[in-house]
Amino acid sequence: MLTKRIIACLDVDAGRVVKGVKFENLRDAGDPAQLARAHSESGADEIVLLDISATHERRATLLDTVRRTARQLFIPFTVGGGIRTLSDAADVFDAGADKVSINSAALTDPSLITCIAERFGSQAVVVAIDAKRSETGQRWEAFTSGGRMPSGRNAVEWAREAESRGAGEILLTSMDRDGTGSGFDCELTSAVADAVRIPVIASGGAGGAADFVQVFRAGHADAALAASIFHYGYNQLAELKQELVRYSIPMRWPC
Amino acid sequence: MIAIVDYGAGNLRSVQRALDSLEQENVISSDPGQVSRASKIMLPGVGHFASTASLNRLGLQKAIMDALERGTPFLGICVGMQWLYQGSAESPATAGLGILPGCCDRFPAEVKSPHVGWNSLQIDSASRLFRGIESSNFVYFTHSFRCPVGDATVACCSYGATFSAAVEREHLFGVQFHPEKSGETGLKVLANFCAL
Repeated sequence: MLTKRIIACLDVDAGRVVKGVKFENLRDAGDPAQLARAHSESGADEIVLLDISATHERRATLLDTVRRTARQLFIPFTVGGGIRTLSDAADVFDAGADKVSINSAALTDPSLITCIAERFGSQAVVVAIDAKRSETGQRWEAFTSGGRMPSGRNAVEWAREAESRGAGEILLTSMDRDGTGSGFDCELTSAVADAVRIPVIASGGAGGAADFVQVFRAGHADAALAASIFHYGYNQLAELKQELVRYSIPMRWPC
Repeated sequence: MIAIVDYGAGNLRSVQRALDSLEQENVISSDPGQVSRASKIMLPGVGHFASTASLNRLGLQKAIMDALERGTPFLGICVGMQWLYQGSAESPATAGLGILPGCCDRFPAEVKSPHVGWNSLQIDSASRLFRGIESSNFVYFTHSFRCPVGDATVACCSYGATFSAAVEREHLFGVQFHPEKSGETGLKVLANFCAL
């Protein structure tokens, strides 16, 4: 049976993991390569590395980080942040990424999705959508530039277009829930997951195991991503998976 | 020396990193002579079935067939496995090698496509590729087309319907999943191939 994926996300700035990290059980939890490996060993189904600096002068640092992280990682590895061109994507693949995640650049120029998919295959293209609920309720707008700029695009329609242009997966972040630990936005997730045929990764709001159960059942998510909750301790991820098994969510466990 | 065939498609580096971690001497090559002389051949592949057409154009198809005739162990991964069949609905104009009967086709409409993620296998206990690996283990898939189950199938996977996740016939092997991305289980599959 195809399992639901638990994806660990590393937010990286200038070669170091930055967001919501407590270093207790690791010698150097700030090192992306080491942290990725630790997550993989404790049961992560996939690793996403998001470069949140993504300034031009830091690209070389990012590629070096990707290279070091990929070397000892034998599970799927996605890299995002600041990928604006086919050549940016090619550099990241060359450094060892299996997939790239593109967000703002795809909204600015949707043909970038097709361009990367034709060269590296749809399975290698994740379109990330940062969605914010509108004041009128059951409608979400896609934002760019790390959630700073409204795009004017309806998130569900944009997901559909991304699929038709060759995206292999959608990484859907609820801006309303991100960092709150109050649970995933299951209405947003199911609205997108039901509108496309490609897998949808839910992100934003992960707190406890019950949130993951909800997003897989009510949100129809194929995978769920979290960052900070996995960094607190070495076995956090393993414990989450065991808990989800008890809820009868299909999991890759034991790994 | 294991040759990882480079035909301009597929994530060769991740396969190479997996072989490096198993301390297996390997080379990424698009040179038919080098491929033909290798002790073992691996054909990775992600992306479109049409890309396998370049194997013929680059003289690599003949090199692989010559090596197969001499008994060189061969492992096709993902599209590299699909290529062993007669063809694929993904690119009807592109002929496969046709060593295995049948064609690859789409998943049924009721399941999401591509099939992305970790799925379990039903493994034939006589398989050499899966020696020491149990059916409860999971491996990582990412593909939109699936191979039919046949005499050479040694592992089945279920997604919408049953498809062939691995084939084995004498020294010919193929896996639809990505052993280089399937954690310890995947590395074990590769180690079994390397140990042949």
